[in-house]
Amino acid sequence: MSILEIKNLHVSVDTDQGTKEILRGVDLKISSGETHAVMGPNGSGKSTLAYSIAGHPKYNVTDGEILLDGQDVLTMSVDERARAGLFLAMQYPVEIPGVSVSNFLRTAKTAISGEAPALRTWIKEVRESMDALRMDAAFSERNVNEGFSGGEKKRHEILQLELLKPKFAVLDETDSGLDVDALKIVSEGVNRAKENSNLGILLITHYTRILKYIQPDFVHVFVAGKIAEQGGRELADRLEAEGYDRYTKASS
Amino acid sequence: MSSSPAPAQHGLVAHSHGFGVPPQIRLDRKRSKHVADFEAVNPREEQWRYLTADALKGLDADQLTDFFENVSIEADSRVNASFVDADSTPRGSVALPEDRVAAAAYSSVSKVLLIELPANTKIESPIVVRVVGADLAPSALQIFVVANDFSEADLVIEHSGKAALAEVVEFDVRDGARLNFVSVQNFEKGSALVASHFSKLSNNSFMRHTVASFGGDLIRITPITTFAGKGSEVEMNGVYFADAGQHIEHRPFVDHASANCKSRVTYKGALQGNKAHTVWIGDVLIREAAEGTDTYELNRNLLLSDGARADSVPNLEIETGQIEGAGHASASGRFDDEHLFYLQARGITEDDARRLVVLGFLTEIVQRIGLAELQEKLIGIIEAEVNERKN
Repeated sequence: MSILEIKNLHVSVDTDQGTKEILRGVDLKISSGETHAVMGPNGSGKSTLAYSIAGHPKYNVTDGEILLDGQDVLTMSVDERARAGLFLAMQYPVEIPGVSVSNFLRTAKTAISGEAPALRTWIKEVRESMDALRMDAAFSERNVNEGFSGGEKKRHEILQLELLKPKFAVLDETDSGLDVDALKIVSEGVNRAKENSNLGILLITHYTRILKYIQPDFVHVFVAGKIAEQGGRELADRLEAEGYDRYTKASS
Repeated sequence: MSSSPAPAQHGLVAHSHGFGVPPQIRLDRKRSKHVADFEAVNPREEQWRYLTADALKGLDADQLTDFFENVSIEADSRVNASFVDADSTPRGSVALPEDRVAAAAYSSVSKVLLIELPANTKIESPIVVRVVGADLAPSALQIFVVANDFSEADLVIEHSGKAALAEVVEFDVRDGARLNFVSVQNFEKGSALVASHFSKLSNNSFMRHTVASFGGDLIRITPITTFAGKGSEVEMNGVYFADAGQHIEHRPFVDHASANCKSRVTYKGALQGNKAHTVWIGDVLIREAAEGTDTYELNRNLLLSDGARADSVPNLEIETGQIEGAGHASASGRFDDEHLFYLQARGITEDDARRLVVLGFLTEIVQRIGLAELQEKLIGIIEAEVNERKN
């Protein structure tokens, strides 16, 4: 049983117009096996939250804490956070020239678990996960994300989630750009990962449609850099019907 | 970075890229063994447009010092390999120099390293020529290789030490011969190499020509392959790594002068550090007689830091439409903070991320050499280059 705790998180970025505060005191606590949906309008800071947890150098944490089982995450480097058990499924995964998917997955697995995986079982495991995500075998010889379609990139993110077995996964708009079939396949992958390793999930999304396939235990409405309202599944249904107007009007 | 960031690919269309200097028919180029037939090195000439005369470290002089005393040879006893009087060799019979530096080398040397591979014989152990420079005196070295009918061998030239060297190598690859040639450039800082490699392939022969360029302020190699017979194949590969201040230039040219020949040109390089500069000019000419030609050339560059520059210019001239295929591709990409973040977010340390990317990119070429011991050595050099880090 693990706990990821975010306390009073303030984050700013440097822009041409000076420093801009994006997160203004976020509090969130996720336990293993729980799925938390963070929903909110564009520009509310959802992705900033995701990247701040992963440690992207662009985002400056000015106040607050992130704790993983009581350990200070903010003092860890990006790779240390990943090795501690945090995973970010990115909205826009970048192409890595010269590195094949198979080489990348093996290197990442070795880094995360501290030793190279036994080759035969590893190949089998990769194969099975790829099959489940309806990914062609030829995929593993392509360079990471190079020439991947939007759907292929998202499947590749979830493939990593399944293989690297983190304690907590932040899914940053994993549903964006997916058609219904792809959305189902990707959601099934997330659900499998949760079942197999009691994963805690922070699901960041603008739309409610992914929540048909991934059941949230908690829903947080994110507006202007902080959580404006919290509730259960029914809050998502209400957002589906009413949109974000109620919150954006209140905050402006 | 002047080449386009996205892979470009075309085929079967006569065209040329490049800018500033007007495109030039490759065959119009002057060939002579006399320095006086060439103009002084200047950036207005297409051949020297990426270089200043200073970079040549005196190699543009009329007269160069003989270098042969700094060369040692390791070869099977069935291979004749020794320095002999220059004029007793068939030098110039494959091709005459195409530029001033090569002409100076040609006219300066008193001895030529003549390597003769016995006919109908496969030589198992690689022939190794070690070129070890001792100082920066502008010097010249000439080598002539005869691969007799149905001979088969691996030949490696390893360049190291400190040198300013002009080098001319000719390969006479006769009927049915198979030659696997590798030239490794790993000089100390301050060094310069300007080399011309001329290969003539007779009927049904095969040559793999690989350059591996790492150390030296200036490395410039012009490998030229001419198909003089039918049914032959050449693989021209290159792998290079340019650090801060290094200039590494390769100008492969395949002259399809004969029918039913196949060429594959594949060069990949990494650049790291301020003013790391690489140039790749890949020329392919398919002459009217070269029906059934199959050719493809590719250059890829990986920029690991700001301040590095990769120029990449493929040229294809086609004089007959009766060919199997002709194409080329050129792309230069960056390794940047977002790549690093992605890999680190999967638990991979920064150093490992860099190593992963560079080795993944470059070892593909190294593995084609087919000489395990040498491949290991080259991968070791590449790893050391990556670990040196950007400044």
